[in-house]
Amino acid sequence: MPLRTGSHSPAGFGKSLPERGLLLLMVLVFLEGSVLPLGAASSPDISHQANLDDHKAAHEGHNSTKKPFPVLALEYDRVQIPFEISLWVLLASLMKLGFHLIPRLSSIVPESCLLIVVGLLVGGLIKLAGEEVPPVLDSRLFFLCLLPPIILDAGYFLPIRPFMENLGTILMFAVVGTLWNAFFIGGVLYGVTQIQPANPSSLNQIELLPCLLFGSIISAVDPVAVLAVFEEIHINELLHILVFGESLLNDAVTVVLYHLFEEYAGVGTVTLLDGILGVISFLVVALGGVLVGAIYGILAAFTSRFTSHTRVIEPLFVFVYSYMAYLSAEIFHLSGIMALIACGAVMRPYVEANISHKSHTTIKYFLKMWSSVSETLIFIFLGVATVDGPHAWNWTFVTVTVILCLVARVIGVVGLTFVINKFRIVKLTTKDQFIIAYGGLRGAIAFSLGFLLNEDHFPMRKMFLTAIITVIFFTVFVQGMTIKPLVELLAVKKKQEAKRSINEEIHTQFLDHLLTGIEDICGHYGHHHWKDKLNRFNKKYVKKCLIAGERSKEPQLIAFYHKMEMKQAIELVESGGGSKLPSAVPSTVSMQNIQPKKPPPAKAAERALPQLPKGREEEIRKILRSNLQRTRQRLRSYNRHTLVADPYEDGFSELLIKKQKMVELEKKIKEMSNYLTVPAAPPDSPTMRRARLASDPQAYSVKPVSDSVPTIQVDLASPQSPDSVNLLDEFKHAGQQQPQVEDQGLMMKPPSGQSGPNKPHEADQARDQQKLTRCLSDPGPSADEDEDEPFLP
Amino acid sequence: MGALQSLPGQPEYIDLAEKTGFSLEQIGVLHKRFKQLSHNEETLRRDHFNEIPDLACNPIRAQIVEAFFDRRNFRQNGEGTVQEIGFEEFLVVMSHFRPPSLHMTEEQRENVRKEKLRFLFNMHDTDNDGTITLEEYRHVVEELLSRSGALGKETAKSIADAAMLEVASISMGHMEPDEFYEGITFEHFLKLLNEFEIESRMNIRFLNMDTTTLCK
Repeated sequence: MPLRTGSHSPAGFGKSLPERGLLLLMVLVFLEGSVLPLGAASSPDISHQANLDDHKAAHEGHNSTKKPFPVLALEYDRVQIPFEISLWVLLASLMKLGFHLIPRLSSIVPESCLLIVVGLLVGGLIKLAGEEVPPVLDSRLFFLCLLPPIILDAGYFLPIRPFMENLGTILMFAVVGTLWNAFFIGGVLYGVTQIQPANPSSLNQIELLPCLLFGSIISAVDPVAVLAVFEEIHINELLHILVFGESLLNDAVTVVLYHLFEEYAGVGTVTLLDGILGVISFLVVALGGVLVGAIYGILAAFTSRFTSHTRVIEPLFVFVYSYMAYLSAEIFHLSGIMALIACGAVMRPYVEANISHKSHTTIKYFLKMWSSVSETLIFIFLGVATVDGPHAWNWTFVTVTVILCLVARVIGVVGLTFVINKFRIVKLTTKDQFIIAYGGLRGAIAFSLGFLLNEDHFPMRKMFLTAIITVIFFTVFVQGMTIKPLVELLAVKKKQEAKRSINEEIHTQFLDHLLTGIEDICGHYGHHHWKDKLNRFNKKYVKKCLIAGERSKEPQLIAFYHKMEMKQAIELVESGGGSKLPSAVPSTVSMQNIQPKKPPPAKAAERALPQLPKGREEEIRKILRSNLQRTRQRLRSYNRHTLVADPYEDGFSELLIKKQKMVELEKKIKEMSNYLTVPAAPPDSPTMRRARLASDPQAYSVKPVSDSVPTIQVDLASPQSPDSVNLLDEFKHAGQQQPQVEDQGLMMKPPSGQSGPNKPHEADQARDQQKLTRCLSDPGPSADEDEDEPFLP
Repeated sequence: MGALQSLPGQPEYIDLAEKTGFSLEQIGVLHKRFKQLSHNEETLRRDHFNEIPDLACNPIRAQIVEAFFDRRNFRQNGEGTVQEIGFEEFLVVMSHFRPPSLHMTEEQRENVRKEKLRFLFNMHDTDNDGTITLEEYRHVVEELLSRSGALGKETAKSIADAAMLEVASISMGHMEPDEFYEGITFEHFLKLLNEFEIESRMNIRFLNMDTTTLCK
């Protein structure tokens, strides 16, 4: 998951700034810490009553005596709840800020640990102040407000390709692994509680079913914790998607087991029929959740098709539809997490093709922001809730639970891998297994599920909660802190930081088709065959429905290429507007190096006549060389006999005048020649709209060129300066004016006669650049965001 | 599985198994497929491949078929193309798509990688001169985009040009304005796709193929 936290303070500021900032932070924290108890003190009921009394008194007072008009009044109760919420959020954000000001700390201790500690501190402060700790980790708050942003963020940016390729493995771990964990832990715990020691403790009263329920709560790997820890260790993609996918998909299992055992724990027995119903329920919960999510996803994609005139609310659709999917699934007790993932994953390729670039950035940043704040809050609340209690510490129970969790996880992973490796092409090594087992972190979901338990039905709820918290602390602190050094020690493969290049994209596609072809030759309807069929179905029917306009036909390679161009254009601007090349591999290789040097065509007629003075031809050639190769060939074939009107002879003096500025211009082109552009689509396609960043008015239009001479048109990209220069064109039309050459956007057009309308080559870069510098667009997401994954490549 | 007993020509299979690394079971299945494709003849020709219906909608069909008849893929250091292939050559070409086994050393893995990349390289380098020129690369991209219709040759050219530029940048680093980059040699190709992890991606599941589900 990409880094959502802020950057480290610049080293150039010296050591004093982090310390100063830290000091300020501590002061603020303590201030807040002291305000919160004040807030907690006034419980709503009392304040409401007080309010009523006050109002009555004021009303009466108004009639009887005349008080001086209150210049300043204090009324906290009205704003109490939003105020407190904002305070918590502010605290969480400031904490996050603070950790990154201390450089060494954030590299040793994962953020989640620090946040829990902060939560403990705040909870402790509140308790010290003698006030009652607010029940912050309320299950409703958690499941309805705190969890969805994180899951949506994960689902929307889920790398589909690795996920689908490893789906079988992930499902095995999620379903079978969780089941194994739940029953193993529950069963062995029951066995332990049944041991009759010399002094019988309260443990012996625990029945089998509550134990199994506890097992099912504690056995699920938690996506929040996994995300928080794995994000910082930058492990390779396969392991990351395995553990993370497992944590997402085991939600269905957890939901079913939880409800099953909770229902029947009161009754005391679970029959075989209930078991079978449970299995069916699992299928319904899982598939139903996915279905609900997919439906909402398609709705969102379809809606986004029509948003071209109301760009501002585009992000809203994404968020609201996803949230609705989650809530709808929760209505029917289906798996809300799976619904959310399905919704995000389904809608993403279509929505991204429809929305503007700015909306895309907005969605990305909002999702990251919300999920970041949510995660921080969850960990802080965990700390606070720990201080709150209620606790019932039982040495045996807790220690056995912790040990069992570890043991069950290891056995489960090893056993399952043994089976899975028989079906995998790329087998999982021992190192991989270790990381998967070690990465099975538990988190706040387990705690919230435990919190939901009814005290009457489950008298041992307190003990359960204590054990759950202990396990969470253990996994987050111990496993979370040690996993990074372990990864280094075992030399596990890390995530590749390389950007996706056009070559890799070409070969990915090529390989897909190649493997599909080989499978067809073998006659084996494998993985690739069905993927290819799905792809074709997608292209033929689905894309036409859900994507507006021309983009529905755009092949994926070209879409990728456009995206890359945009990124490079933005980078170009960020690096200071063309003066410094931000290319990953700084090199001086340019187009001319790879052009095949063709020998001049041996046409005697052309060579006999001196067409152009050599120097002039050179100049023109230099200017045009940075462009497409075709122009070079064009030049050679121009002579008196093929041209309708020879431009070079007549207006050449004008060319000389402009030569100086053109040379400067050409330098600029040369610098940008490293980035070639695809001939742009016709002006009104969404591609072009994207290039205009969707905020500028229609400033750009393609001028039809009817002649066969390559024209250099310097056209400005903004409506403010309507001047345009037609350099060589004017040689044809003698009566044309001589406007200025402006060193702004440059548009080069080849002679018409090529396929389709004239497409300006190479001008996109300059135009983008100008537009980008003019409109203060945000720099966009960082380059290593892995969001270029296509839906079904 | 009863198929094992009914495999004809067992000693040849053992020979082939050693050569290509397939198991006897897999060779049996592939032999059945070979006979199906060639209508029980001894050799396969190009038109046999063209009869496979699913292959028809593949944009790079021509190159795939060519790869089977390319001597460079027969692991005998030959060159040029042939008109028909026997079962052995069929198997050898197929063996390029076997996954690396779990217990390989780093060096063996590296060899497997090189072999698969060599196969890809041969597919691109159609004129067999050891380099992928700009024209050849353009052809590759054109073929890839051929099924997708819309934007045609212009786009393909630009994409191929940009890709070539990237290779040149990565491989050569610094070039004078009048130097010329001949084409992608095999070393550059290796360097380019260094992080592509081809050994885990270019694999077909030969594990459990059931002949009864073979089409056509």
